[in-house]
Amino acid sequence: MSATSDWEMVVGLEVHVQLRTRTKAFCSCSAEFGAPPNVNTCPVCLALPGALPVLNAKAVELATRAALALDCTVNPVSVFARKNYFYPDLPKGYQISQFDKPLATGGHIDIGTRSDGASIRIGVTRVHMEEDAGKSVHDRFDRVSAIDLNRSGVPLVEIVSEPDMRSAEQAGAYLRVLKQLLEYTDVSDVSMEEGSLRVDANISIRRRGETALGTKTELKNLNSFSGVERALKVEFARQVAVVSGGGSIQQQTMMWDERAEEVRPSRTKEGSHDYRYFPEPDLPPLVLAVDWIDHVREELPELPVARSQRYADEYQLNEYDREVLTASPHIADYFEAVARPHGDAKNAANWVMGEVLARLKATKETIGTFRVRPADLAQLLDLVRDGVVSHTAGKQIFARMSETGDPPAQIAERDGLLQVGDDAQLIGWLDEVIAEMPDEAARLRAGEKRLTGVLIGAAMRKSGGRADPRKLNQLLNARLGS
Amino acid sequence: MSASARELRDAIIGGQASARSHVEEALAVARGAESGTRPLNIFITLPADDARCDADEIVEHTNDTEPGLLLGVPVAIKDNIATLSMPTTCGSRILDGYISPYEATAITKLRAAGAVLFGKTNMDEFGMGSSTEHSAFGPTRNPNAPDRVPGGSSGGSAAAVAAGIVRIALGSETGGSVRQPAAFCGVVGVKPTYGRVSRFGLVAFASSLDHIGVFGRTVDDAARGLTAISGFDKRDSTSAELRVPTFIDSASESVKGMVIGRPREYFPESLNPRITAACDAALERLREQGAEIRDVSLPHTSLAIPTYYIIAPAEASSNLARFDGVRYGLRMQGDGLRAMYEATRSHGFGAEVTRRILLGTYVLSAGYYDAYYRKAQQVRSLIARDFSKVFASGVDVLLTPTTPSPAFGIGAISDPYEMYLADIFTVTANLAGVPAMSQPIGTVDGLPIGGQLIAAHFEEAKMFRAAFALERALHGVDQ
Repeated sequence: MSATSDWEMVVGLEVHVQLRTRTKAFCSCSAEFGAPPNVNTCPVCLALPGALPVLNAKAVELATRAALALDCTVNPVSVFARKNYFYPDLPKGYQISQFDKPLATGGHIDIGTRSDGASIRIGVTRVHMEEDAGKSVHDRFDRVSAIDLNRSGVPLVEIVSEPDMRSAEQAGAYLRVLKQLLEYTDVSDVSMEEGSLRVDANISIRRRGETALGTKTELKNLNSFSGVERALKVEFARQVAVVSGGGSIQQQTMMWDERAEEVRPSRTKEGSHDYRYFPEPDLPPLVLAVDWIDHVREELPELPVARSQRYADEYQLNEYDREVLTASPHIADYFEAVARPHGDAKNAANWVMGEVLARLKATKETIGTFRVRPADLAQLLDLVRDGVVSHTAGKQIFARMSETGDPPAQIAERDGLLQVGDDAQLIGWLDEVIAEMPDEAARLRAGEKRLTGVLIGAAMRKSGGRADPRKLNQLLNARLGS
Repeated sequence: MSASARELRDAIIGGQASARSHVEEALAVARGAESGTRPLNIFITLPADDARCDADEIVEHTNDTEPGLLLGVPVAIKDNIATLSMPTTCGSRILDGYISPYEATAITKLRAAGAVLFGKTNMDEFGMGSSTEHSAFGPTRNPNAPDRVPGGSSGGSAAAVAAGIVRIALGSETGGSVRQPAAFCGVVGVKPTYGRVSRFGLVAFASSLDHIGVFGRTVDDAARGLTAISGFDKRDSTSAELRVPTFIDSASESVKGMVIGRPREYFPESLNPRITAACDAALERLREQGAEIRDVSLPHTSLAIPTYYIIAPAEASSNLARFDGVRYGLRMQGDGLRAMYEATRSHGFGAEVTRRILLGTYVLSAGYYDAYYRKAQQVRSLIARDFSKVFASGVDVLLTPTTPSPAFGIGAISDPYEMYLADIFTVTANLAGVPAMSQPIGTVDGLPIGGQLIAAHFEEAKMFRAAFALERALHGVDQ
């Protein structure tokens, strides 16, 4: 027997990403998720006799954008190929994909930093375009299966990594960075729930120090990033146990059972398929002008690494703030739309990372539908900074804004939350407090400083929270001559 | 049986006839052909009342300032081209009764030109065959000699024209399925350049080789029909974005100064000497009109049949995968999914289709792809380059026999490979994508034989120029 620590995990990931197009890859049907079954279909995606595919130019643009964001070389000529197999949710009996001449090759993703400061770089073998199959529903009806072809022909890219990951955590990090890049480039909705991002993992083991690859298994049915990590750990332990016990690993597909936290061999023999790939004769080779590829590259938005660097230079934010704010391009955009007009970037960062993210988490909203517009939030921060409302009132106003979407000044006025800085008014409240609490006032006058808070607190309550605490403090000091 | 499509159209414009009267006449001829002791079995579907209704609608367009090229002309359609009202069976049990919810671009264009759709014609199942014997709906007979085949796979369309039912019919070809039956039936058959006519709505056999083609009684009929259905279609990614000449205008152009090539590989010593003689006589007629005849070589011709019988079945094995019993067409019951597939496809496809699916599946299999499919694609480029070189050398049009023999007897050829050789002179044009046509150039033992003209890509107008001249010289057809 050998310990688990003698073994190293070797992981490569295949990620299918649905491109964010209005229509399908090869016909003009809507690619939208969630329509009633078989509504978004036509002769082409139903594979009626005589129908022909026509390539969606937007899908090519998005796939190219994704490939460039992953630092791939986009090939000026790529070729669509037919992947042939029979299944009821594959209407043509073949999937249009790319095989030996894919759209793009040779990219990489940096997923973190090693202890020696070098970045952990995961190779991207290839990015190719393909169409999705339909959906088989086996559990809805008694004794029969149903087919929904709304998804048939929806455009995908498949992103294949090198077997460069050495732990479940690295696989998780790869997926999070990949998702972030695809969000930044607006290539996909990247939602695992809606199936717009799907992951299969290839995993093998080898003794530490060895360089040859072992026999791999393919993990399927991975429904979340954390599920990927857990499945890899379980499969790693299984492989180590098999080999340590003198057995050998079979090349096979393993299904992850989320509930049982188990992997088990798939009943279908996936590995034995001969897909009989050949060039798709209904589509000419995809020829992309070098100028056009350059144009798409130039039009790429600022990517996370660059954005984080800029936040350091432009806003002097620390590493933690930058990581939180740039995790999603939408949050990052929101932050900047607050910071720019408000001016105090660190204050804007604190509010976005604190109040805004907490609120989104609590209500399960997305920043896209969040009621508080960044310009309004910037105004609120101005009001607090300028002492027009207190910090406490500011938080109350924010809560109202996130419910109603009303501008902060309006809420402050309506709810009487404007800070009172008028000396006469403040002194009036202080006098009442001193009259009601003569003992405490006397002790404070005698030098018992810790009673300041008690008296100020009482005055604040009298003002309904509206009094300017700083001013109140000054006035109290002046009055009780300390 | 006299009138050409042009005359039918002129009669409508001149008020002597109507689309309805043309349809009635065609129905009467069809009834004759399809009755008696040996019906020709030309049509799979012939809905008389639909044709009458369509004809009656044509009346409205008679006074258009620019009457369509096919105004009021009945046109028969091969049963693998999608039409809205009539079934599209491809001559197969697996699509028996299948009605397409959309129509082919070629059909839309035909109707726009004023044509009246006139029935769906019999064919070898999915276009696989050279005799129209491999149809789930029984064989079609040759109108010139009812004990013989009409050729195939577009035998029904060729016979519909030869029997005088229609003047124009649409066919399709993957290796000669328009030109070979045209030769056997004594009519004109043209296959345009790959990409000239949209394949949208043509049920695929082998996508890189499939073409829609046109039959006519005369060269003008064929040129007229082809003009009507040609042109770019954004729904077919392999269709060419080029201007389409009006091919009937080629009639007025002389062949004087044209160079006509005689490729020696198409005249082997084993060829029936009377076919060689008929071709040489045709070349002589063109020479008399001022053309130069040049001996040329297309050295890779002998590789065409084996190349074709790798590429075509390979593509077919994939194209025919959609006939799986799941969404439309025949479904046989089976215990489980795999059994349903096997029962449906075993029962739905005939022997020749099954043979080609197996062949195609084999040549695409892992470990065989390089030896067969990839090699065949390489040879295909060599065959295409043969044509490019000869046309680049100044040759305008090639003239060859269309077939190595006249129509053979029904049931006479049972060996599949022998049947494949019926396409020996025609498959090259499909592999290269160049336009080619067949027209009657004489008879052997009383049976028509065809001469084939081949031109460079998108040079159909030149091909028609030679065809019109040859027709004038051989048959005195007045243009």
